Order: sequence, then structure tokens, then C-alpha cells
Amino acid sequence: MEKQWSEMTWQERREERFKKWLTPAAPISPAMEKLYKERLTRMIKAIKMEIPDRVPMHLAANSFVAYNNGHTLYDVLYDYSLIKPDWIKFLEDYEQDSADAPGFFAARVYELLDYKVNAWPGHGLPKTSTMHNFVEKEYMQADEYDLFMKDPFDFGLRKFTPRTWGAFAPLANIPSLSSYSGLPERLMMMCQDPNFKKLFKAIMEASDENVKYQKVMMECAQESLKRGFPPLMGGVMLAPFDTVADMLRGTSGVVKDMFRQPEKLLESLEIIADNSIKSTVGMVNMARSPIVFVPMHKGADSFMSVPQFEKFYWPTFRKLILGVVNEGCVPMMIIDGSYNEARLKIISELPKSCVIWTMEKTDMALSKKILGNSACIAGNVTAAMLYTQTPEKIKEYAKWLIETCAPGGGYILALGSGIDKCDPKNLHAVVEAGLEYGYYK
Amino acid sequence: MSGDFINLLADLKEEEVLKLTKERLDAKEDPLKILDDAREGMSIVGKRFAGGEYFLPELVFSGELLAQVTNLVKPHLTGEGVQQKKIGKVIIATVAGDIHDIGLNIVDFMLDVNGFEVTNMGVDVPVEKIVKAVKEIKAPVLGLSGFLTPAFDAMKETVEALEKEGLRKGLKIMIGGGQMDDEVCKYAKADAYGKDAMAAVALTKKWYGVE
Repeated sequence: MEKQWSEMTWQERREERFKKWLTPAAPISPAMEKLYKERLTRMIKAIKMEIPDRVPMHLAANSFVAYNNGHTLYDVLYDYSLIKPDWIKFLEDYEQDSADAPGFFAARVYELLDYKVNAWPGHGLPKTSTMHNFVEKEYMQADEYDLFMKDPFDFGLRKFTPRTWGAFAPLANIPSLSSYSGLPERLMMMCQDPNFKKLFKAIMEASDENVKYQKVMMECAQESLKRGFPPLMGGVMLAPFDTVADMLRGTSGVVKDMFRQPEKLLESLEIIADNSIKSTVGMVNMARSPIVFVPMHKGADSFMSVPQFEKFYWPTFRKLILGVVNEGCVPMMIIDGSYNEARLKIISELPKSCVIWTMEKTDMALSKKILGNSACIAGNVTAAMLYTQTPEKIKEYAKWLIETCAPGGGYILALGSGIDKCDPKNLHAVVEAGLEYGYYK
Repeated sequence: MSGDFINLLADLKEEEVLKLTKERLDAKEDPLKILDDAREGMSIVGKRFAGGEYFLPELVFSGELLAQVTNLVKPHLTGEGVQQKKIGKVIIATVAGDIHDIGLNIVDFMLDVNGFEVTNMGVDVPVEKIVKAVKEIKAPVLGLSGFLTPAFDAMKETVEALEKEGLRKGLKIMIGGGQMDDEVCKYAKADAYGKDAMAAVALTKKWYGVE
């Protein structure tokens, strides 16, 4: 009899998820299916720190996809018809071992619902801007930790959502819905309120718009699949400290809390970790790929000291990582900024080969030295390099990366961060290096 | 009292610092002396940061303490002698297309406590505005901040516009923020890249020829 999920080890669960990933989500031609499996096998071997035929490559390109085809970010945000041709050109221009859909966002939907957390070209930023900006604020007040911890749903519904989405402002004025009785009556009362009628209308309009946007994204994902590119991103999560520091309290807010109310902060990080495990695994269950994308922000060298990292950042992040790993997911971290030796040593203490660490500016030789026996590493052709260097220099650097990080397996050639603009020749140089120097003999 | 105050501020003891500020004001101490002490405490914070003992949380929190002390002291200033002598002017701005201000504001107060007169133009500042400010304020040092990659070109365009207006000569330009480095500095044709707020202070001091 087959083993039940509850009896499996994390490795066995991951194998189950890998099997699902190795099967394309929709039928494709036999030749492309072969290519899909080749590419994905390369990725999976790198993750498991085994030796693939060649170093896998992953190019997270973001708004570069538009610029690569002569468009701007503003163009594609407001004219969906440009997205698919841009995406196809990107897929055909650059060989890599995975590709999802473009990393744009539904600006029109955000506009209809008055989303306040992002600024983008034409909306809080000049139309010529090549990237969106995150609007960091204290969306949770210093004295709201108890409220947040006691009832995260209520906090989300009546505090966080109305503060971050203008259209949802009426939710700030309703009584709590966290009661077992009277819910139908209360929902009816809400429907009678003209403010809510306006909100429901906005939601309907935004949903219609979102359908249009998602249709294009689905088509792009199909184009990737048709060309034998396996999807990479199965879910997203944030380190609990980043959840507070990015989304809830902002950098200034969280810093004050580190000094004024560290216990409350730590307690809420535990709750966030527990909740994030559930929501992340839920996301991955619905996806093809078991990879969980984890952009990491405020635990880096330039943000906090190592003792602060050990106290505030790592324990609950580690708990979250192990929680999703235990369910067979593969967290793929992207470390913004850089990690020094002490930090690398701390993160190296996870079970072998259960995660991927993508480096932005961290010294890759040091990463290989310290994480080489612990986990797959990826990176780090930086955005600054792609912007300012020549193709020759980039190729040389990518060659050095391969020579330094690939021996023994466990390396993915990747960018240090998403990019907006750069000379396409520079991105080609990365791919060329991968194809020329990346084969294992 | 003064020595305690300076050390308590440098050690980020919020309650004690605020209590002592109130006591000193109640004792009719010269409010300017309190502000001077606050600056001295902040300069210890800066040194500890440069020495690797303090990090961003301590810097941000020290800025918060300084703001609170300043707010307590302000109503007691008579207006005379409020302006202490400044070393010179510096303009700082986050470039167009970028709205990040945390680093910018740290640079602001760190330059201020180190004796510079800072014009903080805020975030997403268009090229023309910076050119106009350099022309009008006549500051010999300009600090450009940016967190994301679009800032590379925005910085370059700003520097080029200053060149075109004939304002580049005699102007020192430093850049800093998330994605910046020495390569970007060269690309943007700036004079120096500073990795943090204390580097901005050191560069400004160097260019002003002060210790």
C-alpha cells in the first residue's frame, strides 16, 4: 500500500510534489515535453545538490520584459495587448530553465480599488518610471499588536484592509464580524449602506478588470509551457520580521518596537510564522511547482546587527521555513543586500538541501564556502552590473560564478534581483556564459 | 548632568533622556546647551555606527530620540542665537521615480548634527527641481539617494542636467542607497558613493576640508 502523506518524511513529500511538477500542467508537444523535463530535472538536481548535466539558469526579469521589446512599464500596465508579444519575445530571446508569466501587476485593478501600498508609473510616479515603488507606512499602529495577535482576521478586515485599499474604507466603521451569531443580519445591514453599495460596485468592476488581466497572464503562462519552460513560482511568503517591517509597521515603526516593545513584536512574529505556514502550503497545494518565492529584506547586513538577526529575524523565519519544508515545499529565498559570514553560518544550519538561497550582493565565493554543504545557492549578476558593464565583463563574471559555485552541484546561475532596463546584450552574455561554461564534464 | 545626558542619548535610553531633558528645562538650563549635548550624543551614535557597534535600528531610533528632545526644547528657545554656526550647505534628494526616504532622512539628521545646513528636498524629486535648488541654494555638496535600479538613470540624468547648466564645476556629488555602488557612481558620473549615512558625513567633511 502506498504511504499516506502523514506518514511521509519531508523528502518523500517533496518527491511527490516534484513528480507533479515534472508533469506539464497542460498537454504540449512531445519534443517540448522532453525539453520541459530536461530543464526541470536540471533545476531539481541543483536543488537536491546533485550534479545536473548543466548549471540551470533562471532570469527574473520583471519590467525588462517590456523594455526588451521597445515598450515601457507604463505601456504594458495600461495596454494588456502588448504583454503577450513582449513575453513571447523574451522567451524566445533568452534560454533559461524555467519561466512563469511576466512579473507585472494589475495596475488598473489597483486603481479601481485605490490600492495605497504601491506607486507605479502614472500613479504616484512619473510615467517614465521603470519600476513600481512600495509605499511603506505604519499600516498597523504601535498600540495595535494585541488586537492583531488576538484576532488577525478582524485586524485584517477592519484595520489593515481599509487603510491599504481606499475602496475598502467603509470596513473601518463596521462592528467586528468575529462572532458566531448574527452574521447574516449584519451582512444585510452592510448591503443597505450606500457606502457599501459603492464598495460592492468597485469590487465588481475591479473583478471584471482582473479577469481581463489574468486572462493575459494565463496566456503568457501557456506560451511559456508551449516552449517547454517549466513554471517556477508555486507560492510566496515573507519572513515574519519582514511581514511586520514591510507591511504592518514599516521600518521606522518596527525599529521603535525593537526598543520599546520587543516582547510584543516577538510574540506577534510567532503568530505570523504559524499562520504563514498554513497559507503558504495552501498556495503551493494549488500550484504546479513546489517553489516558494521568499523576497528577504530587513535582516541584511546593512539593516541589523547579527545579535538582532538572531533575536528578531532568524528564529521565526527558521520556524516558517521548516514548517513549509516539512510539507514538501521548497523555499527559494532572495536575499536583498548582502549577508556576511556570521549570517551565512546561521542560515547554513538547516537540514541539507531543503532550500535555495539566491544572493543579490553577497560574496558568492563566501556563500559557496559556507553554504556549499548546506543548500543550493543562486545568483548573483547584479542589476548594477547589468546596467553599467559591457557584455564581455558580464560574461567573464558569469564564468567566474560558474567556476566558483558550480563544482559539486547545488548552483543556479541567476540574477541578483529583478531588472528593469539594461542593454539586452548584457543579459545575453549571462545566458551565453551559462551555455558555454555551465556543462558538467 | 550634561555628561549623563550625552551618554544616555548615545545609549538610546529613551525614558531617561526625556526625563533628564525635562529636568534640565525645569532647572532653566540654556536650551541651546541641551541641543548641543544632544548633537554630541548623536555624534557618539554616529561613531558607534561607523565602528560596527550600532546598525540601522539604532540610527533610526536615535533620530526618533533627537526629534523628541528637540520638540521638548523648542518652546524654550527665545529666538536669539537659535541659529548656531553651520559649517556649510548640503542639498540632499531622492531622485525621480523613487520614493524611499528612510536613508535620506538618516543622512539628513546625521549631516545636521555634524554641523551642516541641510536642504532635504524629499523623494521623487525631478531633475529640473534639483538643478533649480543647486542654482539657488548654492550648496557645494549634493547628495542623491535612490533605493531601486531606476535611480541609476535618474541620477545620471540629474548629473548631466547639472553639467548642461554649467553647475557641475565646483559641485561635489555623492550617491547612496540600496542598489548603488561604485560602478553606479561611475555610470551616473557622480564623485563618490557612500555606503551609509556616516559615509555621507565623512565625504561631506572631506569636501569641506573639516575634521
